[in-house]
Amino acid sequence: MTTTQRILTPEMAARIEALAPRYPNRRALTLPALHIVNEELRYVPYEAVVEVAQLLGLAPAEVQDTLSFYQFFPQDKPSGETRAWVCRSVSCALRGGEEILDHICHAAGIEPYGTTADGALTVEPAECLGACDFAPCMLAGKTLHKNLTKESAETFVRDARARAGKSS
Amino acid sequence: MTTFQPVLLEAVGVAGSHTLASYRSRGGYAPLERLLKEKQPTDVIELVKASGLRGRGGAGFPTGLKWTFLPKDHPGPIYLCINADESEPGTFNNRILMEDDPHQVIEGIILSAFATRATTAYLYLRYEYPQCWDRLQGAIDEAYAAGLLGKNIQGSGFSLDLYLHRGAAAYICGEETGLIESLEGKRAWPRIKPPFPAIEGLFRKPTVVNNIETMACVAQIARRGVDWFRSIGVPSDPNNPRDPGSYGPKLYCLSGHVERPGCYEAPLGITARQLIDGHGGGVWKGRKAKAVIPGGISMGLLTEAELDTPLDFAGPGKVGCLGLGTAAVVVIDETVSIVDFLHNSCRFFAHESCGQCTPCREGTAWSLRMLERIRAGKGRLKDLELLAEIGNTMGMMPGSTICGLADGAAWPIKNAIKKFRGEFEDYIKRTNPSGWMVTDPVPALPIVGAH
Ligand SMILES: Cc1cc2nc3c(=O)[nH]c(=O)nc-3n(C[C@H](O)[C@H](O)[C@H](O)COP(=O)(O)O)c2cc1C
Ligand code: SF4
Ligand code: FES
Repeated sequence: MTTTQRILTPEMAARIEALAPRYPNRRALTLPALHIVNEELRYVPYEAVVEVAQLLGLAPAEVQDTLSFYQFFPQDKPSGETRAWVCRSVSCALRGGEEILDHICHAAGIEPYGTTADGALTVEPAECLGACDFAPCMLAGKTLHKNLTKESAETFVRDARARAGKSS
Repeated sequence: MTTFQPVLLEAVGVAGSHTLASYRSRGGYAPLERLLKEKQPTDVIELVKASGLRGRGGAGFPTGLKWTFLPKDHPGPIYLCINADESEPGTFNNRILMEDDPHQVIEGIILSAFATRATTAYLYLRYEYPQCWDRLQGAIDEAYAAGLLGKNIQGSGFSLDLYLHRGAAAYICGEETGLIESLEGKRAWPRIKPPFPAIEGLFRKPTVVNNIETMACVAQIARRGVDWFRSIGVPSDPNNPRDPGSYGPKLYCLSGHVERPGCYEAPLGITARQLIDGHGGGVWKGRKAKAVIPGGISMGLLTEAELDTPLDFAGPGKVGCLGLGTAAVVVIDETVSIVDFLHNSCRFFAHESCGQCTPCREGTAWSLRMLERIRAGKGRLKDLELLAEIGNTMGMMPGSTICGLADGAAWPIKNAIKKFRGEFEDYIKRTNPSGWMVTDPVPALPIVGAH
């Protein structure tokens, strides 16, 4: 852990600061700040937690407490370039969602919550994505993949791998 | 019933429906401009009260009445929180409203803020709705530019800021005080009530929390009037002075084993069977339904014989379900094992329990472990009694937990075991021929990952 190398860039800090007038106190900036860091780095290492806490005038433990509650922000290493959430809740499960999750993991050669060795893809089970009209479905980044089949799931994995490293 | 014209969903399928110009061409924002000019906040509260509108987020609390709980003459600020966490399995109507007609939602928000004298509104949006985020932010920007948000709206002297706030994939953030804690930057642990948010809510100030569909209804009541709203749905029971009735149109989400899954607008009180057969094209593949979730997984199960139950606020409760909930109807066909269904339900709640109350944290985790053991061929008939005991003892209703998540976890367990007991017993005896009758304590399976 070096003290000179800051994780939070001035741009990230400025994006967080720009939201401050929306809230009567700075603690409310916690989730927005964690999202901003996670968008940039695809994880929120503990060093970033300390820096966010400094910026918001909080104890690092307060930020870490909130972060850990959600189990959404990875801390050990970045998610894959594409982070995919495959729904396993009832409406999707009734239409083969669990099999799709298995199939995608198998095609990617990983376990659920795992990341491919090339860093292209992370696959996680998800609870209802609010898209049960398109079951079985998956959210990958900002894209909703609807009415998945084994074939479309395989294509998705192939595309995610081909895309890796090409976009910033 | 078949002639009912969608109102809340009138914009679906219209090109560019999410834009301000499209919304205005449908008559949008004119009611707001008229009310801001001619009426006082209390008039808008009276309007919504008279309409009989009940909250669409799950609890069905009368909206106008909730607003009157705010302290009078409070120096402010008063906050309005719009609940767009929509995470109840089976539910997606808020998503469609935000994607296809965000201005309808925003008009409802401005009207509700005016009525409650809130000058800041936060819309708490679940992380999994990036398309809604973009549509809403675009619409909010348009509304600011048109003087519909911001300082001194349309010269009325009323000011309102509306901000989007993003969640992080936790169901409990939909519970209104969990939402408030999450917005404040803390873990989303629901608060003990009282005090209710109307007295002490966000940032310890008076706060109203309302659902997205509730906001759309407010906009339509302002446009079409109280009589229109009350002409739809099921009137209050004359024999029950405490029944507020089920007025207005409702967005029913239909999914699972039906031919045409989708979000359908119908008068409150349509039956599950009418919805499935009339709108959904029937159970898929010509099969029969084994069970149907009436309003999101928390509400429990209807049997095939109970499908003529009207889906109004009072209907599902009459056949032992928890309530109407989010009116998300999920069809489970005759080929599905009810054991698998209950396992899926228990896994969801074990994952989503916030862990604050012991009966909920332990009850949801144990019920999941028992279902895993039953599915692994090690079930005993005694487990059904243990599951029923968990179902009967965790929740706000038995008085053992802080929020309603535990009641929602309990109901599928209670309904499944009561209404499908024979199937559970057959399954257990068939898969565990040598051990189903054992009543000794059994070792637990390894702990499963949970929130
Ligand atoms: C576990 C739990 C989850 C909930 N999730 C939501 C939700 O996602 N959206 C929602 O509007 N209400 C949800 N509610 C209900 C809210 O607590 C609250 O009653 C509602 O937002 C009030 O709005 P309304 O009166 O307009 O319905 C949930 C309640 C519980 C107990
Ligand atoms: S009932 Fe469950 S989800 Fe609700 S506060 Fe208690 S532990 Fe948390
Ligand atoms: S159950 Fe999968 S999106 Fe709702």
